[in-house]
Amino acid sequence: MAQVAGESSRDFLNLMNKLKSFSDAKWMFILPGIFLLALFLLPLLALLVRSINDDFFTYALSEQAFKALRLSLITSTITTGGAVMFGTPLAYILARWRFRFKSWVELLIDLPIVLPPSVAGLALLIAFGRRGLFGSMLNVVGISLPFTTAAVVLAQTFVAAPLYVRSARIGFTEIDEQLEEAAHVEGANQWQLFWEVMFPLAGRALLSGAILTWTRALGEFGATILFAGNLEGVTQTMPMAIYLGFERNLGIALSLSVVLIIVSVFLLMLTKRLEKRERD
Amino acid sequence: MRGFPYLFLVLALLPGGCGSDLPAPTADSEPQTLTVFAAASLTDAFTEIGKNFESANPGLTVTFNFAGSQALRTQIEEGAPADIFASANKTEMDTLVTSAHVQQGIPQIFLNNKLVVILPANNSAGLSKLEDLAEPGIKLVLAAEEVPVGKYTRQALEQMSDQFGSDFKDKVLANVVSNEDNVKQVVAKVQLDEADAGIVYTSDSVAAPELKTIEIPNELNVIAEYPIAPLVNSANVDLATAFINYLLSPDGQSVLRKWGFAPPE
Repeated sequence: MAQVAGESSRDFLNLMNKLKSFSDAKWMFILPGIFLLALFLLPLLALLVRSINDDFFTYALSEQAFKALRLSLITSTITTGGAVMFGTPLAYILARWRFRFKSWVELLIDLPIVLPPSVAGLALLIAFGRRGLFGSMLNVVGISLPFTTAAVVLAQTFVAAPLYVRSARIGFTEIDEQLEEAAHVEGANQWQLFWEVMFPLAGRALLSGAILTWTRALGEFGATILFAGNLEGVTQTMPMAIYLGFERNLGIALSLSVVLIIVSVFLLMLTKRLEKRERD
Repeated sequence: MRGFPYLFLVLALLPGGCGSDLPAPTADSEPQTLTVFAAASLTDAFTEIGKNFESANPGLTVTFNFAGSQALRTQIEEGAPADIFASANKTEMDTLVTSAHVQQGIPQIFLNNKLVVILPANNSAGLSKLEDLAEPGIKLVLAAEEVPVGKYTRQALEQMSDQFGSDFKDKVLANVVSNEDNVKQVVAKVQLDEADAGIVYTSDSVAAPELKTIEIPNELNVIAEYPIAPLVNSANVDLATAFINYLLSPDGQSVLRKWGFAPPE
């Protein structure tokens, strides 16, 4: 780019430099950013504006909304708990151990993230349905999963738990291996090493992974409707109630959407605060 | 490194830049598209009718949006571009007439549909008559009350209560394991043998011939009347009218009958 050279005044040069750096760098970041932010913000804003009407509280505080919200919170919390319990050891193995077919295991964990939820729901139904490949065995001992709250949790776990495992694996991988060696020299066994060194050091990655899983589970819809069906108080989660509200009356769908957004914002703020405390 | 931010900008502007450079389609070679918003229960019949109508009108593409009638009505109210609306009940059509999306007096009934009980091919629960639906412990899948077929189902159960005992409806509803958001989902759950029974339109049972059925006698049944109309905002009113006339013609009606629908009375 041409420079204003030579005899020009210093101020002018400074101004030009300022302008140049301004246009060169800042706006190249800000403009595309604003474009994307607007895409996130505008639909949510429209939802809020349109939901403001006389019936908002009638719908938002209805028994159906309450039951659906409670079910959503309970199932997504169980899903997150399960993901942490079963996912943490798995993430640790993936981060530290070397074994055959490891890349295949990693692929398997990433797959549910990219699959459309409808495929996930269908796969779960074909596998664990009453006449499913494995579900028929469960059926023999009297366990039938479809249309139960357990099915909601399974569907959520299938689509949301991989997010936790991914995040936790990265957290464990980033820990300096020398720290582990030092702990090993000090005489720590594998269990102590995990609990007293790795787990606290990966804390932030584990927490943000758990938040991702929680919020994804809260919004799960496609796999749930296929595998768990829709029954108020049993399998009707908030996204499902919103979808059916859309079939009946736009006002219901709008009101419930706003409730879910408020709850999600509250949860995200809460977890951000926890994350911050963890950091300090 | 310096060029990197520019790349973002170029990418961000790309769709806009490209779009304006595209040649505008010329009027005479312009392929026509007819967009039909139709109730989910019409999926198979309308797909076939759409193909017939396309071959009768070269250069025409008929695209369908199949969903619950309420969802379609809402989409139309929110400005979705559609030429024709075919609803599974009069309520949604009346709503569109009130909101001036459809002209008063234009909608016509083009078919009747009624309910039938479907059972999985192996009928492992051993159901054989309507009263069996109240058998405790069977797994029943219905369409949700919010969609027309679900509403009709509950009306029919009400009528059955007059015959089978006043608590019949409650006993049947206690067996419901899921209220599906559309009728095709009810069929799918019964096809997969996840449910012991479901209640759907006769047209849906015709589309799934491997299923067993229990007929619901006319006096206990609910006859659903399907209205159809071109939309006021349609850019192809003539084509839309032609499509509706085709539906009402003997050719169109024979396809509808093939898929289990009854002609309008």
